[in-house]
Amino acid sequence: MTSPSRRFPFFRDRIIVISLGLLCLVVLTAALGPVLSPYDYDVISKDQFSPPSWEHWFGTDIHGRDVLTRLLYGARVSLTVGCIGALVSLIVGVAYGLISGYAGGRIDNVMMRFVDILYSLPRVIILIVLITIFDQKLKIYLEEFNLPWLVTNSRLLVLFVGLGLVEWLTMARIIRGQVLTLKERTFVQASRALGQSDIRIVLQHLLPNLKGLIIVYITLTVPTVILEESFLSFLGLGVQAPQSSWGTLLSDGAACINPVRIYWWLLAGPAFFMAITLLALNFLGDALRDKFDPRSHRRH
Amino acid sequence: MIPFIFRRLLISIPVLLTVILLTFTMMRMSPGSPFRTERKLDPKVEARMMEKFNLNGTIPQQLWSYCKNLAQGELGDSTQFRNRSVLQILQQTLPRSMLLGSISLCLALFLGIVLGTYAAVHHNAGQDRLAMLLALTGICLPTFLIAPICILLFAIYLPLFPVAGWGTPIHLVLPVICLALPYAAYASRLMRTSMLEVLQQDFVRTARAKGLSEKVVIYKHALKTAILPMVGYAGPLAANILTGSLVIEQIFKIPGIGPLFVNGVLNQVLCLFVCAVIVYSTLLILMNLLVDILYTVLDRRVKLL
Repeated sequence: MTSPSRRFPFFRDRIIVISLGLLCLVVLTAALGPVLSPYDYDVISKDQFSPPSWEHWFGTDIHGRDVLTRLLYGARVSLTVGCIGALVSLIVGVAYGLISGYAGGRIDNVMMRFVDILYSLPRVIILIVLITIFDQKLKIYLEEFNLPWLVTNSRLLVLFVGLGLVEWLTMARIIRGQVLTLKERTFVQASRALGQSDIRIVLQHLLPNLKGLIIVYITLTVPTVILEESFLSFLGLGVQAPQSSWGTLLSDGAACINPVRIYWWLLAGPAFFMAITLLALNFLGDALRDKFDPRSHRRH
Repeated sequence: MIPFIFRRLLISIPVLLTVILLTFTMMRMSPGSPFRTERKLDPKVEARMMEKFNLNGTIPQQLWSYCKNLAQGELGDSTQFRNRSVLQILQQTLPRSMLLGSISLCLALFLGIVLGTYAAVHHNAGQDRLAMLLALTGICLPTFLIAPICILLFAIYLPLFPVAGWGTPIHLVLPVICLALPYAAYASRLMRTSMLEVLQQDFVRTARAKGLSEKVVIYKHALKTAILPMVGYAGPLAANILTGSLVIEQIFKIPGIGPLFVNGVLNQVLCLFVCAVIVYSTLLILMNLLVDILYTVLDRRVKLL
C-alpha cells in the first residue's frame, strides 16, 4: 500500500499540471487569437474551400471565411457557454442539494421526488423546449429595455440558463447525499448544540467540507455542457449564424463531407481543439476526484 | 418481492402523470401553431381544427380532456400527418428504434466490460492508460462527428457497408457501432473502477491464495461481483438507447422514433410528442424496476424495501 501510493500521487499530480497547462493554453489562444488574427470571423470572401496555406493556416470554409479565426472565436463562445452553464448548474444544484439534505424528512422526500421526475424526462428535450419557449420572449424583453448588444446575444443567454438548468440534477443528488452524512457528524452536532443558526452551520461548516466535491463536479460538468451545446448546434438550435462555436463548426464541417471532395480542414481543427479541451477537463476532474476522495487511496 | 413490485408500480403512476402534465404544459406554452402552416390558416378553419383536437380553453382544461382520452386508450390523431393516428406512427417507428437500440446496448455493454476489465487487470500499466485514453476520447467526440467519419471510412473509401438506409441486416452495422461507441466508453470507465475495487477485496486474495490461476480469479470470481454497477448503469441506458438516437437516425436515414422527439418539439406535433415522452418515461421506470430486481438476484445481500 505504501510504495505505490507514494509513486502514483506523483503521476496524478503530473496529470493535473499537464491538464491545467493545456487548459491555460486553450484559454489564452481563445482570448488572444481573434485579436491577433488579420481576418474577421464573419467577413465573407471569394476563395471558397481553399486548403490550408500560409495565408489561411486552417483553410477557408464555404463562405470563404478563415477557419482558424472562426475556430478561435468559437473557442471563446464554447468555453463561455461551458463555464457559465456549469456555474448556473452549480449554484442551483448546490443550493437545492443543501436545502434538501439539511432539511431532511418530508421536505427532503418531496424535493428528491421532484428531481426523480425531472430525471425521467428526456434531458435534451427539456432543453429544446426551454429554448423555443424563451428565445423569442427574451428577445422582445431585451428590445424593450433598449439593450441592443444583448439582443444579438440573446440566444447565448438562453443557452447559458437552459444548459445550466438541465445539468443541475446530478449535482443536487451528490451534494444532498454528502450533506446527509455530514450533518450527523459530531462537529455539526456540536455547533448545533452551541446554538449556531442553521444558515451559519450550512455556510460555515457544511459548504467548506463540500469544496472538493464541488470542484471535481464542476470540472466534469463543463465538458458535458460544451458537448450538449455542440449537439444543439447540430440541431440548429445553438449559437446563431455569423457567430460560431466548436459545435457549429463541427456540424457545418460534417455536413460538407461527401464522396467527391473532402474538406478535412473544416473538421480537423475544431475536432482537435474540442477533444484537447474536453480531454484535459475530464482528466483534471478524474485526478482531482482521486485526490479528494479518501477512498481512492486504497485503490492506488 | 411481489408487494415490492406492486408498490413501485403504484408510485410510478403519479410520476407518469406529472411527466404528462409537464410536457403538455411546456408544449402549449411554446410559440407556434400545432398545425402544418405554410400559409396562414383561415380563422374559421383554425377554430374548427382547434375544436377537433381539443385545444380550446385554458391549458388545464385541455390537459384534462387529453388525459381523459388517454385513460380510455385513445392516443389521439397526429396534428400534422393527416389520416395517421399517433398509435400507427408509433407502431411503425418504435420497433425499428428498438431493434437498433437493443443490438447497440448489447454491443456497448460487451465492449465496456471487456475493455474495462482489461484496463483494470493491467492497472496503471501502458495498456490501462491507452484503454482509458481511448474511452475518454470516445466520450469527448460528439456522435455527429464520429458517424460521418465512419461512413467516409467504411462506406465510401472501403465500400464494405451501405452509406445509409434501412432494411437488410447489413444496413444495421454502421449505425449500431456508432450508437454504441460513446456508451461503451462510459461503461468501460465504470467497469474499470468497479473491477479495481473488487480486486482489492478479501475474497479475491483468498482465491489467489488458494492457488487459482489469475484467469479463474478474474473471470470466475471477481467479474461476478464487479459487474453489479454495470447493471445499474444499463437500466437508464436501455431506456435511453431503445427510444432511438436522433443523431444516428438522422445521419443514417433510419425512419425511427428519435427524430419524432426533436421534430415534435420544433413543429409542435403535440399528441405525438407527448406520447413519445410517455414511452420514454415508462421504459425508464420499468428498466429501473428491473435493475432493482436483478440486483437481488445477482447479489443475495441486497434486500428490497
